[in-house]
Amino acid sequence: MKIAICIKQVPGTAQVEIDPVTGVLKRDGVESKMNPYDLYALETALRFKQQYGAELTVITMGPPQAKAVIREAFMMGVDHGFLLSDRRFGGADVLATSYTLSQGLRAAGDFDLIICGKQTTDGDTAQVGAELAEFLNIPHVTSVCKIHGIESDRITVDLDLPLHIHTAEVKFPCLITVEKGIFEPRLPSYKLKLATADREIKVLTLDDLADKDPAHYGLNGSPTQVKRIFPPEHSNTREMWNGDADELSVRLFHFLNDNKYLQQLR
Amino acid sequence: MAHSYKTFAAEDLAALQAICGMERVIPGDQIGEDYTHDELSGTHSRPDVLVKAISTEEVSAVMKYAFANHIPVTPRGSGTGLVGGSVALCGGIMLDLTLMNHFLELDEENMTLTLEPGVLLMDVGKYVEPAGLFYPPDPGEKTATIGGNINTNAGGMRAVKYGVTRDYVRGLEVVLANGEIMNLGGKVVKNSSGYSLKDLIVGSEGTLGVVTKAILRLLPLPKHKISLLVPFPDLPSAIKAVPTVIRASSIPTAVEFMEREVILAAEEFLARKFPDNTSDAYLLLTYDGASREEVDLAWEEAAEICLKCGALDVFISNTQERNESIWSARGAFLEAIKASTTEMDECDVVVPRKHVAEFVLFSHALQQKHNVRIRSFGHAGDGNLHIYVLKDSLDEAAWKVKLKEVFADLYAKANELGGKVSGEHGIGYAKKPYLAESLSTDEKLLMKGIKTVFDPQNILNPNKLFTE
Repeated sequence: MKIAICIKQVPGTAQVEIDPVTGVLKRDGVESKMNPYDLYALETALRFKQQYGAELTVITMGPPQAKAVIREAFMMGVDHGFLLSDRRFGGADVLATSYTLSQGLRAAGDFDLIICGKQTTDGDTAQVGAELAEFLNIPHVTSVCKIHGIESDRITVDLDLPLHIHTAEVKFPCLITVEKGIFEPRLPSYKLKLATADREIKVLTLDDLADKDPAHYGLNGSPTQVKRIFPPEHSNTREMWNGDADELSVRLFHFLNDNKYLQQLR
Repeated sequence: MAHSYKTFAAEDLAALQAICGMERVIPGDQIGEDYTHDELSGTHSRPDVLVKAISTEEVSAVMKYAFANHIPVTPRGSGTGLVGGSVALCGGIMLDLTLMNHFLELDEENMTLTLEPGVLLMDVGKYVEPAGLFYPPDPGEKTATIGGNINTNAGGMRAVKYGVTRDYVRGLEVVLANGEIMNLGGKVVKNSSGYSLKDLIVGSEGTLGVVTKAILRLLPLPKHKISLLVPFPDLPSAIKAVPTVIRASSIPTAVEFMEREVILAAEEFLARKFPDNTSDAYLLLTYDGASREEVDLAWEEAAEICLKCGALDVFISNTQERNESIWSARGAFLEAIKASTTEMDECDVVVPRKHVAEFVLFSHALQQKHNVRIRSFGHAGDGNLHIYVLKDSLDEAAWKVKLKEVFADLYAKANELGGKVSGEHGIGYAKKPYLAESLSTDEKLLMKGIKTVFDPQNILNPNKLFTE
């Protein structure tokens, strides 16, 4: 069984500042790390490797520095790594990113299963997994919170839907995106760091892809453009309520309910 | 040093209310249950009055009244102590300092922070970090007050590299038993001017004076850090690697050891898996430094040393999420062990570093000898161990006997290895007999002499530290 895992390098801290004037992310001096959600995708795949002997390949798109997250995946037990890196891929929105990844995956090999994290911590769109599956013309399941098991040609999983859990059986090849917390991600191993120090990371440029039309990639292939990025305004409005516990608890419940802070529980 | 105190009466209550006002002077029968104990189980005592002071002048006036009327005073912070240190065993006045919780001055040029004793430890770091400064002591109980930390000379995990609370106290304002206000030490870096009274106050557990202000020393904030979780086939091999790791070119910030049983208890307690639980024993190492390069050099050398010492692998925790997955479990060990049994008591001995392995293995062997469950984890890097004896299904009488026997063995062994009764929790009420046993007659005389000079009437936190 061959599994591909899509990973991404993101800023190392959640407190990324946005320049309120230019709307540009302040990346200077900010360290990078693997998208935390991808760690759950990797852990899911690594368990399949241990249990079923699957062969694991990671793929990422980004500048040459993004090799660091591939090295880190090697340190966790992944076998192969591909970096999609080309200036012509730059400025891609979710659609162009998904398309580029789909082309990269076709060039990287035949995979039975593709695993993505739920979303990234820098874009937070949670769209790439599903769009990628559409471009590859394979079925996909998002929000996977539990794996029941794998048979020769299919996988059975639970999806975490807002009001219920949905169990699905999907035939290979397919794509799943996994929820945070599906498994506790393992830590990178120093022994594997030493053992994989010389392992090759294959770099794919536009010239290595089947569709070589630059209009389909990067800024050119992106129907959405970022108009403005701005930090959300914080509201410091406060209300003080006084009263006895019974009265206040009822009032608080109605306040939360009326302002739609409460969800119906499963 | 036996003293009989004045029976607390209505006139005393009125006098204290005249000093601090009605609202902050609470008569004994209205005092909440929390104020009758600390985190030591089984020791309860109700003070006659609770006074919540808000200024040095109030503390001074309360002490003057107590001194003139021979009323015992028990200073108290958050009440998170583990040895009964802030329990009003002789009744009298409980002097709550938690409302004196203001930051007074962050002096960036002198790299000092002046604050009141009721500031919580967890707020100190948050206050100084935006200025690129760092208060290194890191005791586990973050809701403790800085005054409590000073009075127990609290340690914590970063002691291996940075030392303990005493190393970061530059100066103190102290109210003496007679109500006099003293300023000891100051913002100076060096001081060879007579006896260091400030250092006597640190760790004195409220028996010599009431700390009303502290000047703490700060360091530049290390910007980079990394933790290593190092699995070993067994506990002896893990702990035996510690001296070699510490002697490497970079000193780790923290060296903790943990065993699989405790990790499993924490997993169950938190309902969250630890990143790895397949090995019997682990070392948890942390490195910090000003640059990524410095930290990388340090941890890679440590990783090589660990592998040479028999480590099965070295796992790297280099992001906030990864650190969180490890340290949240480490932070829950105490509560997890507590939740796994009916009652427990703790031995907080410290032994010279080279004897840590011997001592831990000795404590393990006591499980068989005394037929009782014993759990431990701790600061392998500084020799301070936390060994918990668990009551489980023993009845109260059998538990008392068992505990006494196990503790006697533990303290005797620590003494034999050149260790001390308490590494960081203090003596308080619970460890008095063990301190008495471990000190020489001359040392005891010196300590009692110091107590008498500071507090001739024995009104400050009586019935602590010394057996009468």
